[in-house]
Amino acid sequence: MLEFDSVTKEFRVGAFGRLTITAVDDVSFRIAPGEIVSLIGESGSGKSTIGRMILRLTPATKGTIRFDGVDVSTLGRKELKEYYRHVQGVFQDPFSSFNPVFKADRVFEMLRSQFYPDRSGSEWEDRVAKAVEDVGLNPVQVLNRYPHQLSGGQLQRMLLARALLLDLRLLVADEVISMLDASTRVGVLNLLAELRERGLSILFITHDLALGYYISDRTIILRRGSIVEMGDTRRVFQDPRHPYTQTLLASVPQMEWRWRDRPVSAAVPVDGDGTGDAEPVTVLEEVEPGHWVAVS
Amino acid sequence: MSDTLPRDTTLPAAEGVPAPAAPAPRSRRSEFLYFALRNPKLWIGGLVVLFFAVTAVVGPRLTDYGVQEYVGPPASPPSAEHWFGTTTFGQDVFTQFVHGLGASFIVGLLGGGIAAIVGMTVGFVAGYRGGIVDEVLNVMTNIVLVLPTLAVLIIIAAYLEVRGVVTEAVFIGLTSWPWAARAIRAQTFSLAARDFVDLARLTGVPTRKIILGEIAPNMSSYLFMTFILLFGGAILAAATLDFIGLGPTDGMSLGLMMNNAVLWSALQLGLWWWFVPPGLAIALIVGSLYFMNVGLDEVFNPRLRTT
Ligand SMILES: Nc1ncnc2c1ncn2[C@@H]1O[C@H](COP(=O)(O)OP(=O)(O)O)[C@@H](O)[C@H]1O
Ligand SMILES: [Mg+2]
Repeated sequence: MLEFDSVTKEFRVGAFGRLTITAVDDVSFRIAPGEIVSLIGESGSGKSTIGRMILRLTPATKGTIRFDGVDVSTLGRKELKEYYRHVQGVFQDPFSSFNPVFKADRVFEMLRSQFYPDRSGSEWEDRVAKAVEDVGLNPVQVLNRYPHQLSGGQLQRMLLARALLLDLRLLVADEVISMLDASTRVGVLNLLAELRERGLSILFITHDLALGYYISDRTIILRRGSIVEMGDTRRVFQDPRHPYTQTLLASVPQMEWRWRDRPVSAAVPVDGDGTGDAEPVTVLEEVEPGHWVAVS
Repeated sequence: MSDTLPRDTTLPAAEGVPAPAAPAPRSRRSEFLYFALRNPKLWIGGLVVLFFAVTAVVGPRLTDYGVQEYVGPPASPPSAEHWFGTTTFGQDVFTQFVHGLGASFIVGLLGGGIAAIVGMTVGFVAGYRGGIVDEVLNVMTNIVLVLPTLAVLIIIAAYLEVRGVVTEAVFIGLTSWPWAARAIRAQTFSLAARDFVDLARLTGVPTRKIILGEIAPNMSSYLFMTFILLFGGAILAAATLDFIGLGPTDGMSLGLMMNNAVLWSALQLGLWWWFVPPGLAIALIVGSLYFMNVGLDEVFNPRLRTT
């Protein structure tokens, strides 16, 4: 359904754009219908940039992104809107996702005026109420309120409800629960998992390995803009092949361990800030069916 | 804070009814109106400005004298015949005042309006688009910023035989927008990075609507403030131009009145009625607009609302 084909993204920074940052470096992967793929990497590894390119919020420097075989960079205004009917995003900070001067339910109204301009008032209100209930919210509590009167969890659920009002097929969920309280996180996470039952695909972006393991069918491990390992989530977590993945997994705090008991090997530095050591060119090699690992 | 202000019988709903938990008005427009009418800063400021605007329109009909006409005894204090007294030359101050008020409103509205429109357009586009567009607009802004306004005006003055208030206002408008463009660009730039802008893009909202419907409402009091400063700035700029003889070839303005008063030592001679009305009017108009701006902040920003 979605193909990410040798995509590179460079940002020009500094005065007159003299410096370039390669945020995403020759990344390829696919997302199949009904699949939850987690994209895991440290902060700054290029996860959000990948999500934003899929959502066409930022253009790719090189490579192509296809949805149902169509290069998304070629979409005109009308076609882009149709694309957004099927592909939507939810972002990390729920409070930044709502315009603070308007009531939170305005996101539904904007959607209606753009995608369903001919829907009548009460019919649409019923649909909104239904969508809001579907994500586990009480319409009376959340509608007709300002964003600052609602909690992060409520807002994040409203954004999911908004996306579900469309004929959604792919959801880019960029760290959607990392700013929520621990008590509301699992609820939103389970909600995402339930959405798969509707045949929805999700690109679940996170820096938290445990979350990725919990929810996804396939896992992509990203490091400094490149994929280091990719495959079935169980295989990647149970039999990590790339040293970086191994170190990452070893450095996850375990419930049954206290920090004193940790084996010494876990103290290997996970990753620096990327300065200095030049990364050798890597290619992905299939070590077992569907399990790819970067080799130099 | 509304307790310290006189109660106005035209606004019965504002005081008696206890504030409902969730205000009833549905649409955004009626909600604004609801909060605007409840906001004393806004309507008191508005009334003052309105008062001067009405005076500027009606005033000239209340006087039979010409603006520059020598009609009475020189330097006489206010009387029934000359409400605001006369100048050193025996011109009627009230006549000058009401005509000057009109000219100043025109210069303020037109000059401030043009500058606001140009500055906002440039600032919004540069801040939202970024990149090359931003750099080109930035160069343009800098050129206008360093333009020797006075020199340009002298050249224009040499070519235009008759200059009116409107020409003056347009000139002021076209030269005074750069700082506004910069300020708005910076605000737009930071607002454009917020996720709700991305969400609007994901909803297929066109760029123009994103700028006007998503970004601008977040800085509406800031935009109004910009206009107020441009408005006041245009009035003061006009006063300066009038003073050095580059203003309208005929007519009167509040700035011209003040400058005449200073020029002919009204201050030292104790002719307070000559310079107090125009000075007070400028101060009150600009001050009231500022007062309104604070009130508007409360209306636009739901977090500042007291209910
Ligand atoms: N708009 C931008 N301009 C310049 N650099 C950017 C921009 N967005 C992201 N970057 C850089 O690209 C890299 C990847 O960022 P991002 O995709 O946000 O990482 P992640 O989401 O994994 O934390 C970072 O080094 C970041 O500084
Ligand atoms: Mg990110």
